[in-house]
Amino acid sequence: MEICKLTACQTAEMIRKRELGVEEVTKAYLDRVEKLDTSLDSFVTVCNEEAMDSARRVQKRIDSGEAVSKAAGLPIALKDNICTMGVKTTCASRMLGDFNPPYDATVSKKLKAADTVLLGKLNMDEFAMGGSTESSYFKITKNPWDLERVPGGSSGGSAAAVAADFTTFALGSDTGGSIRQPSSFCGVVGLKPTYGAVSRYGLVAFASSLDQIGPITKDVADCALAMNLITGHDCMDSTSADIKYPDYLEFLKNDIKGMKIGIPKEYLGQGLNSEVKEAILNSLKQLEGMGAVCEEVSLPLTEYAIPAYYLISSAEASSNLARYDGVKYGYRAEKYTDLLDMYKQTRDEGFGDEVKRRIILGTYALSSGYYDAYYKKALQVRTLIQNDFNKVFKDYDLIVGPTAPTTAYKIGEKSKDPIQMYLGDIFTVSANIAGLPGISLPCAKDSKNLPIGIQFIGKAFDEGSLIRAAYTFEQNTKLDMEPAGLSTLI
Amino acid sequence: MDYEVVIGLEVHAELATRSKIYCSCTTEFGGEPNTHCCPICTGMPGVLPVLNKKVVEYAVKAGLATNCNIASFSKQDRKNYFYPDLPKAFQTSQYDLPLCFGGAIEIDVNGVKKSIGLTRIHIEEDAGKLIHDAWADGTLVDYNRCGVPLIEIVSEPDLRSADEVKAYFEKLKSILEYIEVSDCKMQEGSLRADVNLSVRKRGQREFGTRTEMKNLNSIKAIVRAVEAETKRQIEELEYGGTIIQETRRWDDNKGESYAMRSKEEAHDYRYFPEPDLLPIVVGEEWLSQIKAEIPELPDQRKSRYVEKFELPEYDAAVLTSSKIIADYFEAAAAVNSNVKAISNWIMGDLMRAINEKEIEFSNIPVAPEDLAGLIGLIDKGTITGKAAKKVFDIMFETGKKPMDVVKEEGLEAVNDEAAILLAVKEAISNNPKSVEDYKAGKKQAIGFLVGQIMKATKGKAQPQTVNELLVKELEK
Ligand SMILES: [Zn+2]
Repeated sequence: MEICKLTACQTAEMIRKRELGVEEVTKAYLDRVEKLDTSLDSFVTVCNEEAMDSARRVQKRIDSGEAVSKAAGLPIALKDNICTMGVKTTCASRMLGDFNPPYDATVSKKLKAADTVLLGKLNMDEFAMGGSTESSYFKITKNPWDLERVPGGSSGGSAAAVAADFTTFALGSDTGGSIRQPSSFCGVVGLKPTYGAVSRYGLVAFASSLDQIGPITKDVADCALAMNLITGHDCMDSTSADIKYPDYLEFLKNDIKGMKIGIPKEYLGQGLNSEVKEAILNSLKQLEGMGAVCEEVSLPLTEYAIPAYYLISSAEASSNLARYDGVKYGYRAEKYTDLLDMYKQTRDEGFGDEVKRRIILGTYALSSGYYDAYYKKALQVRTLIQNDFNKVFKDYDLIVGPTAPTTAYKIGEKSKDPIQMYLGDIFTVSANIAGLPGISLPCAKDSKNLPIGIQFIGKAFDEGSLIRAAYTFEQNTKLDMEPAGLSTLI
Repeated sequence: MDYEVVIGLEVHAELATRSKIYCSCTTEFGGEPNTHCCPICTGMPGVLPVLNKKVVEYAVKAGLATNCNIASFSKQDRKNYFYPDLPKAFQTSQYDLPLCFGGAIEIDVNGVKKSIGLTRIHIEEDAGKLIHDAWADGTLVDYNRCGVPLIEIVSEPDLRSADEVKAYFEKLKSILEYIEVSDCKMQEGSLRADVNLSVRKRGQREFGTRTEMKNLNSIKAIVRAVEAETKRQIEELEYGGTIIQETRRWDDNKGESYAMRSKEEAHDYRYFPEPDLLPIVVGEEWLSQIKAEIPELPDQRKSRYVEKFELPEYDAAVLTSSKIIADYFEAAAAVNSNVKAISNWIMGDLMRAINEKEIEFSNIPVAPEDLAGLIGLIDKGTITGKAAKKVFDIMFETGKKPMDVVKEEGLEAVNDEAAILLAVKEAISNNPKSVEDYKAGKKQAIGFLVGQIMKATKGKAQPQTVNELLVKELEK
């Protein structure tokens, strides 16, 4: 038995039954990371000693018969924009290259309280801006299926690490598809929860009204387990929803009989790679075979989602990232003449091109004289897109479609063309704009043996239906998801 | 040429909540630099604000006390600009939907009453403080004030003179003190004003070009700045110049202002709705709860003093201008019904002593009960009015009880008719000229004789007895 090949649920159960030791499991993962991540570059920081220390502590708690969570002893890893007290949180930026937060994000706190073991922090696009993890200041993460290809982004490190069995599960963040798209590229399961379901406290803000933390896991059952650990109201986050959160494990039912699923015709149109389209159409047939009712619907404003998304997210980012000025923490330029020059040099040297591009775009969109034409218009489009979804959800339980228009592309293939990169978000941004939950899971592989992701979008706070549909689909399709690129390294 | 000045005031008041607007740090003044702060108020990565409900409550109170409408739905916005005292590089404020709007307060300048409109009151957060250290190489930042809640009270351009500005500002300060939402300590910066001022020819309908003077932190500075800027603008226009719309810095030491930045150089603050905070909803129930907590306001208290205590309008206005003074008055009035005498003592000797010693009214060493007791001693004839002044001064100096001072100093009034008669006779025989004058019909000559008698008795003789005996002797 290979420890790292087990799912989170299997591992947790064996730890609870004392068939596996927490130190043994942690050691296995750390060894694997040490051996293979030199080729994958998914981790920014590995917490070797701290992980073994907490593994020992958790084992002691289990041995002494104390009540522990269903995830006790699971080695996990976090995207590097989730604050971890005493462990560097860099956002893959030179700006925060040495930033060591004196506080935990709420999710970090929850995972600690659940006796999980933090293995380290995962690579990402700088400040979560990008779809390929190529804009990281530190390293380019490779796709475990093909080391010449990107893992997607911005949570590329998280998706690659889960696909490579470097962790039992990981957390990512999703502002316009940053959990779902890399999950699709790496052949794993990624869920972006409803806006407000997971506390954003301690998630380094990119676009406050769109950001959401969510799990990236080996399978759907693990996704439900992780959701149980991280959802919930948090009084430290004013946008956190104060509702009753369900036990997501109860939705792991192999049954979608009678479930009404809408397939927006706009999601099968222009720009969609033909192999991906074919895979999705085939998946629809499979879903019908499982008892679901699949019908074509329309989300007519889909084409406006990308411009609205880039205006809103960049406007918020321009303000959120203004605090990185070299005064209080983080990078400060060495040479400057006065205060204004210090700001300019610090921000010029501390931020990469993509971050600067978004700050400039967002600053422009908020400027007096342009606000009404850009930012305000974008907010109006946002409302209309929400209305579109509401209309469809009157008659349907779920919306289904591709996660991304293509499979993983080659490193460097799109990084010189931001517009091409932005268009890759076409199927994911709408869920963020409308605040809805979305899940991506593998549905097929293309002719290059690269995974293709299928996405379900649900009603607000109805992650349960997403999990049920995804679980049923997964149980009835049984794909071989062993990353080919990784096996060449072993 | 006859000019008219047009002035609007933006007053910033720090709210007296215990904790800051978006975190649980204390708002206490002072403290070692950067000890009253946390990751939230210093803008660390990933932290989020949570609005302190008390801030809304206090701001709504201020709105209700100034006759504002209270918005049932308002929001907070980010005002973006770079400065080292602003750790997030934006100030969270309210832009187009303020919490309170459309209010008015009444002022009284030399008996002329006028209503001054309030455009709006909104909530926002204070910034930190830069410390320019001449010895260290550079500037240091203290974030203790960061996130201390403020309200900004914006008036309509309804003010027409420095006197009106002073009356408006004092009234506003008094209201805020009455409702206890701000301690209004100007020397600690918890109350400060920006003055928007323009001049125009009398009779002209359009406003002139205005300038703004920021962060005036004493009433004296506000008045001086208004007077100087009015003069500057009129002179500029008289000599054929034009007024430039600009922000000016008032230097109270030099008594002049200088230009900081023009309209063209003004910041584009790129306001937009703060996405980390929900809209502020003030429902009917909450509003009526806050309404019920509004105490008696200065104007109401003034009317009560006129009606209940039958004090002159002037006395009532002075006593109620500050809540501390009014409370002091009422504490004294509770033990002595001679309210006019209490009023006189407060407005006279007490105010004089406070000004001379430069102490705050809240730190008066004479308890109100003791002032009332002192007046009681006069009323009972235990001491003379003259001796009372001396007793008061000692009480103010030492904080002792009036009767203790009287005993220690031997200041009991002399009401021994034989002793007084002796002094009367002596005064008559020593001052034949005055006696002659009196008999010739100059009745005022009696004043001189009384003075001589009081002198001889060291001010302790009961004036009434002195008068009676003197007249009796003179008429003999
Ligand atoms: Zn704080």
